[in-house]
Amino acid sequence: MNQNLDGSFPARGVSAIAPKEDGGFPNPGLPPHVHRQADIDPKAEKRAERIVAAMFGISVIGTAIFIASYFVVTPTGTNLFAETGSTSALWWSNLITGLGLAIAVFFIGAAAVHWAKTLMPDEEMVEERHELKGSEETRAAAVGILTEGIQEAGIGRRPLIVTSMVAALVALPIAILAPLSTLGPLPGNKLHHTFWRAGMRLARDHDGTPIRAADVAMNSIFHVMPEELTHETPHYLEERAKAATVIVRIDPALGQNEESLANGYEGILAFSKICTHVGCPVALYEQQTHHMLCPCHQSTFDVTDGAKVIFGPAHRPLPQLPIEVDAEGYLVATGDFPEPIGPSFWEMYKEK
Amino acid sequence: MTTTSDSRTTGTGEKNGRMMKLGAVGGDWLDQRVGGAGLVKFFARKIFPDHWSFMFGEVALYSFVILLISGTFLTMFFVPSMDEVVYDGPYEALQGAEVSRAFASTMYISFELRGGLLFRQMHHWAALVFMVAIFVHMFRVFFTGAFRKPRELNWLVGFSLMVLGMVAGFTGYSLPDDVLSGNGLRVIDGLMKAIPIIGTYLSMLLFGGEFPGTDIIPRLFTIHILLVPAAILGLIAIHLVMLVAHKHTHYPGPGRTDRNVVGFPLFPVYTAKAGGFFFLVFGIITLISATTAINAIWVYGPYDPSPVSAGSQPDWYMLWTDGGLRLMPGWEFTVFGYVISLNMLIPFAVYGGLLAFLALYPFLEAWVTGDDREHHVLDLPYNTPVRTGIGVAWISVYLILALGATNDLIALKLQLSINDLTWLFRIGIFVAPVLLFWITKRVCLSLQRQKRNTVLHGEETSRVVRTESGEMLEIHEPLNEYDRWVLVQHDDYRPLKAGNGVSSLRAKATSFFFKDRIEPVTPTELREAMEHAGHEKHVIDEATGGDYRIPAEKAHH
Repeated sequence: MNQNLDGSFPARGVSAIAPKEDGGFPNPGLPPHVHRQADIDPKAEKRAERIVAAMFGISVIGTAIFIASYFVVTPTGTNLFAETGSTSALWWSNLITGLGLAIAVFFIGAAAVHWAKTLMPDEEMVEERHELKGSEETRAAAVGILTEGIQEAGIGRRPLIVTSMVAALVALPIAILAPLSTLGPLPGNKLHHTFWRAGMRLARDHDGTPIRAADVAMNSIFHVMPEELTHETPHYLEERAKAATVIVRIDPALGQNEESLANGYEGILAFSKICTHVGCPVALYEQQTHHMLCPCHQSTFDVTDGAKVIFGPAHRPLPQLPIEVDAEGYLVATGDFPEPIGPSFWEMYKEK
Repeated sequence: MTTTSDSRTTGTGEKNGRMMKLGAVGGDWLDQRVGGAGLVKFFARKIFPDHWSFMFGEVALYSFVILLISGTFLTMFFVPSMDEVVYDGPYEALQGAEVSRAFASTMYISFELRGGLLFRQMHHWAALVFMVAIFVHMFRVFFTGAFRKPRELNWLVGFSLMVLGMVAGFTGYSLPDDVLSGNGLRVIDGLMKAIPIIGTYLSMLLFGGEFPGTDIIPRLFTIHILLVPAAILGLIAIHLVMLVAHKHTHYPGPGRTDRNVVGFPLFPVYTAKAGGFFFLVFGIITLISATTAINAIWVYGPYDPSPVSAGSQPDWYMLWTDGGLRLMPGWEFTVFGYVISLNMLIPFAVYGGLLAFLALYPFLEAWVTGDDREHHVLDLPYNTPVRTGIGVAWISVYLILALGATNDLIALKLQLSINDLTWLFRIGIFVAPVLLFWITKRVCLSLQRQKRNTVLHGEETSRVVRTESGEMLEIHEPLNEYDRWVLVQHDDYRPLKAGNGVSSLRAKATSFFFKDRIEPVTPTELREAMEHAGHEKHVIDEATGGDYRIPAEKAHH
């Protein structure tokens, strides 16, 4: 028995619809119409008409303001309200141009809606719906046409054509891989190396001056780049995106990680600035706790313990750049980062 | 076509006659070439029902039109290039800085071009409004069951529009090449690299090499101004064609059935109302843009891989995708020397699951109910407690993810520990949906119970009568048949027993959906209640002499 609870037979399985006892209530039909003020009072009608006309009028004023603002309230030329070219000229220009346009369009809308609400018919109309599916004849005719077409094309009788057609249509989309592959180079070993080389000086980011170990005060932080990395370097931004490093100086007595301290110089430790989560710059340093915080997703790294992750979504410690001091007392790298910097990826631990 | 229509609305007199004639000539010309008369006959008197909640879809459509208008303006001046130039515009703080042409042209639009800042802000505000409208519209459809047969496919079209809207937004705010948009792309790069096996290859292909490269902005530009808007336009066309084919749903009311549609005609009422509403939305977005700054790229500065400021949030509709990344613990494994980043893959799975559930919900519910009738009368959300509960639970997960993406801002404003907040959200994402589902379901059932009482006993009037025997009786005012209809018209479902073509899984599903149900009032029950009320009224009338005024009212009289 494949029957609905209400006794009917659905096309698809058993339905959970509960039967309506006594057939349910009858629909009482549309309630009597209540007239609006403007339908019964000619004065109200006249008033509504005037309001609509006035609003269209206001819109014209808005258009005039908008056009005028292009000549007399401009950001870099004439400006009635502020000194030419000043920030306040820009502010006034944006405000007056915007207000003009806002008035111009808003009041067209307000007028149209008010017109519709007060003066156009408000008696609800009823339209019948029709089932979307075609009549039985239409459906039969459709099936007939399709069957006939399939017959005419001989799809059933010519398996060779059908099979080869399917093969061709399946093969063609694979072609898209060829142009797709030209969108960029293969990763190669690019993600495994940065610009840092042994002997490169650590330079302050942006002014590019090298840093003496003696300049690094206890608990201070420096954002550094390789000294040789300049605007003239090929792929300047890409190299910056990998080479960005921070140095901090901690009291070596606080250090909990011998290896990390050994890679530093008298408590000066250099870590990659690129978060090992998704690659934001880890820019916030809490001097009291010696924690570095990534502002994007709040991964927190403990500088005293080899930049180990102590909170947040990152997993790996920030890679540490091994450093020493050269003959002139400047901080230099003794090599590249020992492992890839930035977000983890599938083949990260493969030798490249 | 339009001229023919005009003739209907003009006044009387000779002028009218001339207009009619002109209209007839123009209409005839068009009709002979495009069959205008047939179109007018088909469309002009299409009936659309009136309800404020039907406007959200319109808001989405109109803000999309505003996006097209303002976006076209911006393309005339924006240069989608990452070539480095030295900024020499009027904004002093950045003079001399090396910036990309994309950034420099955005600065030009903002600071030097007349009306440029206004159109840029309108474009950005309209995008935010577009996404708000889509979400609210989508949940209006969800909570009222408008996705039921025959509208399942249109639900999927709408769902695709929501996803495309997010893509359009993300590719758009990445274009100015400022610090915020660059870091957004940086996150995309990191996420792609987390995909097993092909991650680094995908990242290289997208960026044309290593991040950031010089290809990404021209590429995003093409996606943003051609591919995505074309797809959105096409889907909007399908969405609207299906809307016309299905005719709009209406809320339950006297005279409204699954076989009719009650409302106002497209011409003239909806031409004026909906057309006017476009201008209202346009006006309000313009007003916001004239007075409220958005995406002030000159404050963030040009993109450089090194600096970032705290409080880096994506636009609101992308927040939820960032929240999952923040809430995940740092789970990452190495298997046979290969890295599996669960801290990324689990959020991916959660996002995919949330979206897939939403997309497929109409089919899930149809499978549970087995209801294959066409539905054109909407459900009142309290009549479908489990669906409403599921919707609220979904929204709660979405909101917790979005709040998670603002944990740094909340921590700062409320002076809370960011770690505590993160833990609160980590726990909340499991607890809140269950709790809110249960509360919502209970509230819906209570509302049903209360409506049932109102149908049977009428509205309370707060007038209590004491009979001679000391009994206290409240006077109830019975509902009129129109008001009553809204409360008794709905369908009701029951759990099914397994067997006889019902799988045990489906039996369990129907039990989950319909186990707790308030039986709707039947005509017999109402008759009995009326009889009882009749007796009571008799007693009350005896005590009051038919005068229901309270003593104070009588004294005043």
